[in-house]
Amino acid sequence: MQRNVKFVQGNEACVEAAVYAGLNFYAGYPITPSSEIAELLSGRLPAIGGKFIQMEDEIASMCAIIGASLTGNKVMTATSGPGFSLMQESLGYAIMAEIPCVIVNVMRGGPSTGIPTHGSQGDINQARWGTHGDHSILAFTASNHQDIFEMTVTAFNMAETYRTPVILLFDEVVAHMRERLVIPETGELPLVDRLRTSVREGIDYHPYLPREDGRLPMSDFGGVHRFNVTGLYHDMWGFPSSEPRVVHELIRHLFDKLENRVNHLARYKEFFLEDAEYVLVSYGSAARSALHVVKERRLRGERLGLLELQTLWPFPKEMIREKCANAKAVIVVELNLGQVLQLVKMAVNNPERVFLANRIDGVFITPIDIMNILRLIQGKGV
Amino acid sequence: MAINKYLRERFFPHLWCPGCGHGTVLNGMLRAVDKLGMSKNEIVMVSGIGCSARISGYVDFHTLHTIHGRALAFATGVKMSRPELNLIVPMGDGDALAIGGNHFIHAARRNIDITAIVMNNRIYGMTGGQYSPLSGQDIIATTAPYASIDPSFDVVELSRAAGATFIARTTTYHVKQIDDFIKQAILHEGFSVVEILTQCPTHFGRKNKQGSAVDMMKLYRDITTPIGSKAKQENPNLIERGIFVQEDKPEYCREYEKIIEKAMGS
Amino acid sequence: MVFSGSGGQGVVTAAIILAEAAVIVENLNAVQSQTYGAAARGGATRSDVIIAESVIHYPKVIQPNFLVCLTQPAYNTYYPIIRPGGLLLTDSRFVKTEDKVDARQIELPMYHSVMEQIGKPIVFNICMLGVTISLTRVVQPESILKVLEDRIPKGFLEMNQKALDVGIELGAGLKI
Repeated sequence: MQRNVKFVQGNEACVEAAVYAGLNFYAGYPITPSSEIAELLSGRLPAIGGKFIQMEDEIASMCAIIGASLTGNKVMTATSGPGFSLMQESLGYAIMAEIPCVIVNVMRGGPSTGIPTHGSQGDINQARWGTHGDHSILAFTASNHQDIFEMTVTAFNMAETYRTPVILLFDEVVAHMRERLVIPETGELPLVDRLRTSVREGIDYHPYLPREDGRLPMSDFGGVHRFNVTGLYHDMWGFPSSEPRVVHELIRHLFDKLENRVNHLARYKEFFLEDAEYVLVSYGSAARSALHVVKERRLRGERLGLLELQTLWPFPKEMIREKCANAKAVIVVELNLGQVLQLVKMAVNNPERVFLANRIDGVFITPIDIMNILRLIQGKGV
Repeated sequence: MAINKYLRERFFPHLWCPGCGHGTVLNGMLRAVDKLGMSKNEIVMVSGIGCSARISGYVDFHTLHTIHGRALAFATGVKMSRPELNLIVPMGDGDALAIGGNHFIHAARRNIDITAIVMNNRIYGMTGGQYSPLSGQDIIATTAPYASIDPSFDVVELSRAAGATFIARTTTYHVKQIDDFIKQAILHEGFSVVEILTQCPTHFGRKNKQGSAVDMMKLYRDITTPIGSKAKQENPNLIERGIFVQEDKPEYCREYEKIIEKAMGS
Repeated sequence: MVFSGSGGQGVVTAAIILAEAAVIVENLNAVQSQTYGAAARGGATRSDVIIAESVIHYPKVIQPNFLVCLTQPAYNTYYPIIRPGGLLLTDSRFVKTEDKVDARQIELPMYHSVMEQIGKPIVFNICMLGVTISLTRVVQPESILKVLEDRIPKGFLEMNQKALDVGIELGAGLKI
């Protein structure tokens, strides 16, 4: 029996990955279908000297992880739709103050309380536009436990690299199902540690003065450098400013640090795209049904391919345009009313050839659902 | 003045109005820190939004100016991860007890070692003089042109019921008490609340015909009395000043250390 | 395969143990999932298990080859989904079967046997698991035992082993 092979839920894969990535502070509030993450971490974290706290709500949870991140910790919270809605204001704060943190949203059906025990992928646009004001955001997803592990580690790495909140958009289906997870050995996946300033005590440290490569070295609260952190537009000292030049430079910095790196940040997988006449574009749990269809139809000689997105934001437009360039039709498979469909339509050259294969009734989309829609598109009838 | 060393003079002048009581609170807070001989590096000040919240920008500590009402939640994250740091959280009355009311009672319930200072001017100053949960009834505000009908919280009783283990109240007239109470609050291990009545002549005083800043401070002298004084027995309407609660109870971060020991042992 | 019953009967646990044995001990691929509502006890519970040598993408079962129904409501709900010619296992105490089902129906006194030979209803699900592996041979009994050893406190292990044996014996008595 191999020691590092586990048979676990997707939520546990996320927990294993977070610990692997160096998580040492978690704050959260119970909500289905994410609660297993909090339950598992309440046991795991203190056993490795980390901290777990159950806060009074999701607002407080998000605030607490930001506070803990400032003292030098790798931090995370996990929630689902209603809690994610509550976190939006402080998510914006983390963007503005450039605080590394990871937010897991195990998506369930919405709006409002919706359908807590069933899967959905309805929060894609909320992840991008949930908090107010112009900004950019990083959001990843995954369709199986090994990828949940890898994308969770990637999320922690990106949070540190770009000093930004990173959102993991999982869904109830993958979060609750169990399958094999092989935990990588230490060192097998690269980890990014916090970039701390080399400025010594007594010399002025400017917390918001980017280096030449755009990165901002940090100094832990409680350390030798004292500075101000605020959600207001701020200068290189972190002090509030409404000077037009300061405001303009900061908003450009916050936006460009991610949007200028879209291709670099794009994570995706492709299956049988080389000669595909019909390209399915999917992500998260829905990509499992899509891949099932692609493999099954390939056996019958149909030229189907799958492009599985793992980076949802910033949306990898150019990559998608390129991968779909030769397709007779593109079918976006997702569990919502077409949130990624609209983005793919904007990305490709022939938006009228992009179709939606979806389910929005709480039932996980089946390969038969996808096949029926595909045949309709092909003019074959169901 | 010795306390100037705690100020970030680079960021002055401050934005408070002439006659505002918040500067007096800042002064008392810095005197308390000075008397305790604390290092600037071991203090983290966390604030929310409002006139009071700007206090964090002006002091040379680790300062975290957050969002409206949530300062205590941010502070909880800082304190939990670095229990050796001293957390001071100045808040306005609306910040602490309207939008932040839930975080306030839960921080008190946990008895986490944070010093909460409620700078109570009974009004939302920064947004232009709307009534707050501490305004009380019969107050004129920009959102209460016919006078307010909302009863107010009693900060002391609310904190007591929620589980705070150090609770004191004073006013900007009683400046010596400010630094004394804040000093004791910082030294106290557990959740400490210091309520300081502080005048807002611009928005509260003007609309409610309380005169100048000096008149308002004189009013604090006249309408308050030490806890349990004879004057209070004679006039129950007087507001009591002093230390109401001071007790030892298990502090949250210390209790969590025990959890870590338990978890590591098993 | 699909295991169904009512909340608290342990059908989900049985499904997890079976799938874990397949993955961890026998190095097969397996996916386990469940449908559930807000109630922790009572109500209809269903857990799907797919075991395969190849990678499993679509994680749910549409037509089970093997279906277990431990209550009448579960039977009434799920018997129509069975793959024609599949095996449908029920407990003779809790389920009255219908004739119109296009599958081989096996009614066994699992609950009765557990109560008679062990006396604890809590291992009813493990007995069912014993029957399952005895009828389907998807994993070896030793693999299930290995998982039980990892998951169950020492004091309760013997009782579970016994329940598994009771189930295996019940299944072995049948000619399929």
